[in-house]
Amino acid sequence: MILRALLWILAALVLGGIVHLSTVLAMPQAAKQDAYARLAPVAPVNTIAMLAPPTAQGAVMPFMDPAFAVAVCRYDISAAPLKFSAPVSQSYTSVTFYTRNSVAYYAINDRAAGRRTIELDLMTTEQRAQMPEEEDVTAADRLIIESPTKTGLIVLRALAAEPGLMAMARRTLAAAQCHAEPQPKS
Amino acid sequence: MRLFLGSCFTLVLAAAIGLGATWLTLTRGVAFGALTIGAWTAWPRSGSVDIDPYARATIARTGELPVGTGDGVAFYARTDDIGNPLDGRCSFTVSGLSPPARFWTLTLYDPEGRLVANAIDRHGFTSAEVVRAADGRFTVNVAPRARPGNWLPTSGIERFVLVWRLYDTPIGVAMRTTKEGPMPAVAEKSCS
Repeated sequence: MILRALLWILAALVLGGIVHLSTVLAMPQAAKQDAYARLAPVAPVNTIAMLAPPTAQGAVMPFMDPAFAVAVCRYDISAAPLKFSAPVSQSYTSVTFYTRNSVAYYAINDRAAGRRTIELDLMTTEQRAQMPEEEDVTAADRLIIESPTKTGLIVLRALAAEPGLMAMARRTLAAAQCHAEPQPKS
Repeated sequence: MRLFLGSCFTLVLAAAIGLGATWLTLTRGVAFGALTIGAWTAWPRSGSVDIDPYARATIARTGELPVGTGDGVAFYARTDDIGNPLDGRCSFTVSGLSPPARFWTLTLYDPEGRLVANAIDRHGFTSAEVVRAADGRFTVNVAPRARPGNWLPTSGIERFVLVWRLYDTPIGVAMRTTKEGPMPAVAEKSCS
């Protein structure tokens, strides 16, 4: 009798483990309030949208750094690759690429970019494979990033080292661009 | 009949164990590859494609975006160096030398990641605005009432979280041990 009860409990433990692992793995797909969903109402697709600075009254996302001006390009490259450029602000600027499920797959800062603007082409692996050969060569000084997902987020952050510099940081980010651009046919 | 009862019992227990474990790990913020220095803990892998499933599930639930690895690294403190919880009705100091980074910011949040309202509209310090002593050391006073020097108000909330973000830094990318760079010490001063 006791042995039988122990067997049932053991089965429950194994099943419980499976339930636990599958719910953890399903969470990114099931989450209704992840960063992408929070940004969708304020950031139109394939353009730059400035985010409201976080305040005590509210913020688009939790744990935003209030010392930074933030802009977002919510991209969809299923139809065509994306051209992206951002001027570098005076103190510190970074550009981080996130998949649809908030995984940061690429990040670059102004120093790593090494010039006054950060210029990138964002495309899927298939779109990159379709690029004409010579195009690849002439575009060698443009950075090409492959996105693991067709939709995602590009987040631009510019530091305002003190509150008085926030307006300037926001102006710098407002000059950034992102737009879909059909590929030339090969 | 006994088989039916037994399987019902097993299924209910399995659901309770599985969902309970998921809820616990996601609300506690369990993740692998933690880098702990004093009171500060960072998850450098959360800013890259090597992010583990627990951290992925946590950020999907909270809706935050982790700091990317090429950008910087974020250290979280929920207690002081000896384990006292960060209580907004007490006063704490964050003091020491700056870790190796081009810029850093120190920000105070409530446990859900919201900024805390206060009279002077101060939510944190950046490396450029913090006032330092002659030897480069600094002390930030985290306290409910006004302090001279670098005062970071807590507004007397029950629990708060400090987030130390290092930008353009070798920490978390190049180093993996706990004996690395000087991280500022967090200490409780008084509790009223």
